[in-house]
Amino acid sequence: MAVTTVPTVESSKGTEKTALITGSEAIAVACKLADVDVITAYPIRPYDTVMQYVAKLVADGEMDCEYIVAEGEHSQFEIVKHASAVGARVFCGSSGVGWMYAMEALTVTPALRIPMVAMVGNRALDDPGAFGVEHNDALAVRDLGWQLVWVDNAQEALDTALIAYRVAEDRRIFLPCAISCDGAFLTHSQALVKIPSQENVNAFLPRYDRGDLLLHPDNPISVAPQANEDWVMEIRRQNYAAMERSAGVIREAYADFERIFDRSYGNPFFEEYQTEDADVVLLGMGTVSIPIKVAIRQMRKEGKKVGLIRMRWFRPFAAEELTKSLSRFAAVGVIDRDYSFGSPYMSGVLATEVRSALYASPGKKPPVLDFIAGLGGREVRVPDVQKMTEAVYQAAEGKPQPLTQWIGLRE
Amino acid sequence: MGRLFAVEIVYRGIFQKTLAKNISRAIVLAAHEEGKPGISFGRYGDSPERNGIPAKSFAIVATDDQTLEEGMAKYEPKEVDITIVVDDTLFKGVESWAWYGLQPINRLLKPGGTLIVTSREEPETLIGMSHRKEVPYQLAIVKAIPSFSGLWVYKDDHTDVRILGAIPKVLPELFSLESVQKVILADTKNSLKATSAARSHERTTTVTVRPGQGNPEEPFRFEFPKWHEMREGITIPSIPAGHAMRDPQNQQSGGYQPARNPTFKKYTTRTMRPVVNFDTCIKCTLCWLQCPDSCFDVTPEGLYDANMEACCGCGVCEAVCPVKDCVTMVNEVAFQDNASQWEMWRKDKAVYQGWLKGKIESRPERSHGFRYRGQYQEQVAEMAELGVEGSSKKAKEEPARVTRGA
Repeated sequence: MAVTTVPTVESSKGTEKTALITGSEAIAVACKLADVDVITAYPIRPYDTVMQYVAKLVADGEMDCEYIVAEGEHSQFEIVKHASAVGARVFCGSSGVGWMYAMEALTVTPALRIPMVAMVGNRALDDPGAFGVEHNDALAVRDLGWQLVWVDNAQEALDTALIAYRVAEDRRIFLPCAISCDGAFLTHSQALVKIPSQENVNAFLPRYDRGDLLLHPDNPISVAPQANEDWVMEIRRQNYAAMERSAGVIREAYADFERIFDRSYGNPFFEEYQTEDADVVLLGMGTVSIPIKVAIRQMRKEGKKVGLIRMRWFRPFAAEELTKSLSRFAAVGVIDRDYSFGSPYMSGVLATEVRSALYASPGKKPPVLDFIAGLGGREVRVPDVQKMTEAVYQAAEGKPQPLTQWIGLRE
Repeated sequence: MGRLFAVEIVYRGIFQKTLAKNISRAIVLAAHEEGKPGISFGRYGDSPERNGIPAKSFAIVATDDQTLEEGMAKYEPKEVDITIVVDDTLFKGVESWAWYGLQPINRLLKPGGTLIVTSREEPETLIGMSHRKEVPYQLAIVKAIPSFSGLWVYKDDHTDVRILGAIPKVLPELFSLESVQKVILADTKNSLKATSAARSHERTTTVTVRPGQGNPEEPFRFEFPKWHEMREGITIPSIPAGHAMRDPQNQQSGGYQPARNPTFKKYTTRTMRPVVNFDTCIKCTLCWLQCPDSCFDVTPEGLYDANMEACCGCGVCEAVCPVKDCVTMVNEVAFQDNASQWEMWRKDKAVYQGWLKGKIESRPERSHGFRYRGQYQEQVAEMAELGVEGSSKKAKEEPARVTRGA
């Protein structure tokens, strides 16, 4: 296959080819490989780079799909919701306040068991108008039945998009999945990405079969009737059951992915970096992993045994596996590229969830510090990571530390 | 624990929403005059903004705050001391807009509790319309045309105060006549209304409805499915396609009867039903086409039979029918069952014509809002007169049945 949309250094390795593409292009290529039927678009940076690449693929005749430019994000998500109900494989996406403008459509999508795959080009919520990354946009739907996954490189973006279709469209699940890609660091920077062969993708990803929920004259049903208090709990319980099954289906998908594409992600839910002998560990989501890994390598030269846990799947949240892993360390430092004003200890969303998971876990419960960092796309520098690690070490030694600290702030 | 009182007001959506709320509020305020705390609320799961849909308001009163909380802890009362019915056609049972099936009008009444109804019918007629109950209860009739108005207007015809005056007669422990008169005066500044309440109090008598009296029909009902038995994705199967009809006289098959929702029939929304003169029908299809509830079954010979398991009684068919007196709306209290008119007509046309004439000529007065300009104002004056004086000129002339041109 040829990715002619971008000038690339192409090299063939077996059936796979390598292309120099951005994270957004990687998602667009996944849409092509997944043979998506309906895509809706509305421009907002940084997500709009995906729609540009998909539009070019369609214009160049490389991809065959309905490509609809909506008049706003709400319609954008409603259109694909309906297309999915009639059996189309769909893709959608947005960023920041665009995602929030679609919120009503985002809430009904999991309720109707629509396996939409969306890309969130993570962006700070207005105001101020800012392009840079924050995770509050995608996190806003964390309670609604969306499966949420974060990636930190373009290869993972492509692979995860394929996995997302496989999981979302599994009849046991039928819940939407949003792939979060950090604005700028991932959406706008090009990297060498292995493009899987169409044959392998076809082997990995079965056709979307809406089955008994297909809205079609041959399967006459009504979708989303009004219901009163006699029905709502049962409906919510069904979605609870679907999300409960999600972790198992994700594991199956990653195992099949490894078998078919010969590329392994290890534990699907989170990546562990240099944790085997670590005293303390840092924990974050998205591209913040890169400066952390660099800092860890430097600190290890100074004898500090620091590791990283990079969360991929935030929903479902792998509480048991994560807390089991965390119980090995003397202290944990969570890096939140988000905020949750007024939350317990004024911490970010991720730290609050990690603490919540630890509280009911059977093993050791290390202290959890939270660092609010990198908001609005601000660079998280190696010295910042070293500063955080110092505080985590202090906590590990039992020295009182503020539970929430702002890092990289002018003060 | 003190004593808990519960009163439900069963009313028709839109037409009687304000009436029900006024009664419910005044009950709580009158009890409060005597130091009893209370709350007033409409059943939230109802659809009171839809024409004619049976709906409920509740007044919960207690002798002390903690006892009141016992009542508030329930979404709605499981049994009531008084059921107030502001439209007598509700005696046939109520089906709100959920999967509740058909609920007998007396379902929540405690043994010995009282049904208060506004009606011009005799007790026997009303008892015959309501379902049988295993325990005895009392029936009190406030003689009045059921008070119907609109969403934005209120028909101030003394119905509320007459019902309020009847309450202390049947349950003096809830509040006294003096207390409710105080509330009425404070609320309306209208001494005639306080008089109406007193007259109603004087006149209210009850008859005992014995176990086994009433309609023996088993009301239709449904079991709610468990969460894992329900279809996923908030989907429900559609109503299947319909089928041909069969003529019971000659076994000829033809026409079309649509399949209908078996779990939500809606027909208790009906306060009037169309009666059809099949001998003058020109088969123009307009009633069938315009009916918002697809209630017309198409017979093998191409006539249109309004199916009473589906008709909500809106009257559109009567309005669009181009033939004079072919479709006529008649008060629902004039009927005992939902049988097919067409089958009756097929069996014996002469008998049917006699039946039809009788239904139309002696139909009890009934309308949604008003059927001719000025009717509304006439009725308000008439009902106020009835309330204050104990009788109206019209009521004397035509004691129970009033015939009016459509």
